[in-house]
Amino acid sequence: MARKVLVLGEVREGSLRNVSFEAVAAAKTSAEGGEVVGVLFGDSVSALGAEFIQYGADRVVTVEDELLKQYTSDGYSQALLAVIDQEDPEGIIFGHTAQGKDLAPKIAAKLESGLISDVTDLEVEGGNLVFTRPIYSGKAFEKKIVTDGLLFATIRPNNIAPLEKDESRNGDVSSLSVEIKNLRQVIKEVVRKATEGVDLSEAKVIVAGGRGVKSEEGFEPLKELADVLGGAVGASRGACDADYCDYSLQIGQTGKVVTPDLYIACGISGAIQHLAGMSNSKIIVAINKDPEANIFKVADYGIVGDLFEVLPLLTKEFKELLVNA
Amino acid sequence: MNIYVLMKRTFDTEEKITISGGKINEDGAEFIINPYDEYAIEEAIQVRDEHGGEVTVVSVGTEEAEKQLRTALAMGADKAVLINTEDDVEEGDQFTTSKILAEFLKDKEVDLIIGGNVAIDGGSGQVGPRVAELLAIPYITTITKLDIEGTTATVVRDVEGDSEVIETSLPLLVTAQQGLNEPRYPSLPGIMKAKKKPLDEIELDDLDLDEDDVEAKTKTIEISLPPKKEAGKVLEGELEGQVKELVSLLHNEAKVV
Repeated sequence: MARKVLVLGEVREGSLRNVSFEAVAAAKTSAEGGEVVGVLFGDSVSALGAEFIQYGADRVVTVEDELLKQYTSDGYSQALLAVIDQEDPEGIIFGHTAQGKDLAPKIAAKLESGLISDVTDLEVEGGNLVFTRPIYSGKAFEKKIVTDGLLFATIRPNNIAPLEKDESRNGDVSSLSVEIKNLRQVIKEVVRKATEGVDLSEAKVIVAGGRGVKSEEGFEPLKELADVLGGAVGASRGACDADYCDYSLQIGQTGKVVTPDLYIACGISGAIQHLAGMSNSKIIVAINKDPEANIFKVADYGIVGDLFEVLPLLTKEFKELLVNA
Repeated sequence: MNIYVLMKRTFDTEEKITISGGKINEDGAEFIINPYDEYAIEEAIQVRDEHGGEVTVVSVGTEEAEKQLRTALAMGADKAVLINTEDDVEEGDQFTTSKILAEFLKDKEVDLIIGGNVAIDGGSGQVGPRVAELLAIPYITTITKLDIEGTTATVVRDVEGDSEVIETSLPLLVTAQQGLNEPRYPSLPGIMKAKKKPLDEIELDDLDLDEDDVEAKTKTIEISLPPKKEAGKVLEGELEGQVKELVSLLHNEAKVV
């Protein structure tokens, strides 16, 4: 059944986030041949419309307002409800990001609809659009369908492959004028901690440290390896509790859930709460002195050894590989 | 101040997960207060202790949630309400739960509602924002700090590791992120007192709702376990050789670098 599906794009530091391109791919599947309309909010975002279309959106609608420069649930819901009113879509796809997680339930409640959160896969099966999502911190999966109302979903970054960028694709980028007013949330200050380097939730490679890293300085060799691989640094709760790093790096049941292509666990024992945050990574490498460490049970490859000896060698080896590549 | 906490009884995910008859097997499993809701309970108690008022913990579920509600009372909440849906709701979703909660809360003259930002079993994180929308009050999710002065609230929100300082107003709904506080353990006197605190049980009827009003908008059609991972390969030999082999495996076999 062809349906019109909106995709709310997410802009960070003047660019569209990767998850927005993944969301277009998810919208394309959901649309089953119908139209995919990209939606962008901000103070000046029209220029990003072309790229959204190159990744598969058929056209783009923007709402531009100084008050939309930063996300607030009130500002964005006013803008999105106006777009919904104009477009009358049958579905909306968001990224399962801080913004999507915050906004999508509000819109779904307003429109008395369901919402399938944190989707890692979707496909058409026997005439139904079936969404797959992890439950119990990734220890199980459920397949869900929408039975009534609009089709709302948030998709987890790094799981649904974006469509190939096609620079020859063209489409209309139009702007909708919406009066944004009476915002009940005022952002006073933004303290950036995580945005140095690569975003953990979207990183293709994560080098994570645990108690075995031993100190704040101990994270240096992890950072060097992450830099060479274009990846991000993460941590276990143990490392955060010991003050070796900020809690914004924490991966696990409390903390972030990540699914990179490559997860390198350094000096992490592999407590079940940590595994809950990373065990769905495509490839897991464990480096640990203790051959009995639990992390080896989920690792694809393991090296039993001191991370401070292993990491510099590994960094050097990757550097050589990537220079020659 | 009139404070409500939204609490969910959850499966302890430290438990091994097995499936029987197409469902997660709950036999003999340990159940807990959803860990993020513990932060919510703690914060509610602290706000009450500073500003006065009353903390009511409310849960939508079955009779079995009484145990977790008692624990919340033992931590220091004043009252608990169980909205028992056992007879009315077979397969609810987040639409169901939030509609029930909003219906319960709409005439309560709430100043502050606190929930966890996500439950560790279902993991959707929808109910907080949905309830706020249905009550037409502002909300802030994943907060790590809450300061209230008069009817103004200043909140720190965790945004994927960055922090936003946001000013908003009461009545307000917030959802707790790790780092908001350190939840207390119930003390022995707390446990004794909790036995005498009110724990009311109501049903959909009492809220003038029937099953159709709260019928789920989504449906789970299958539950499965992730594919079993084959045992990994622990490398052997000289360390330098192991490192070279690892790089080659990641590049040529796994093709992730």
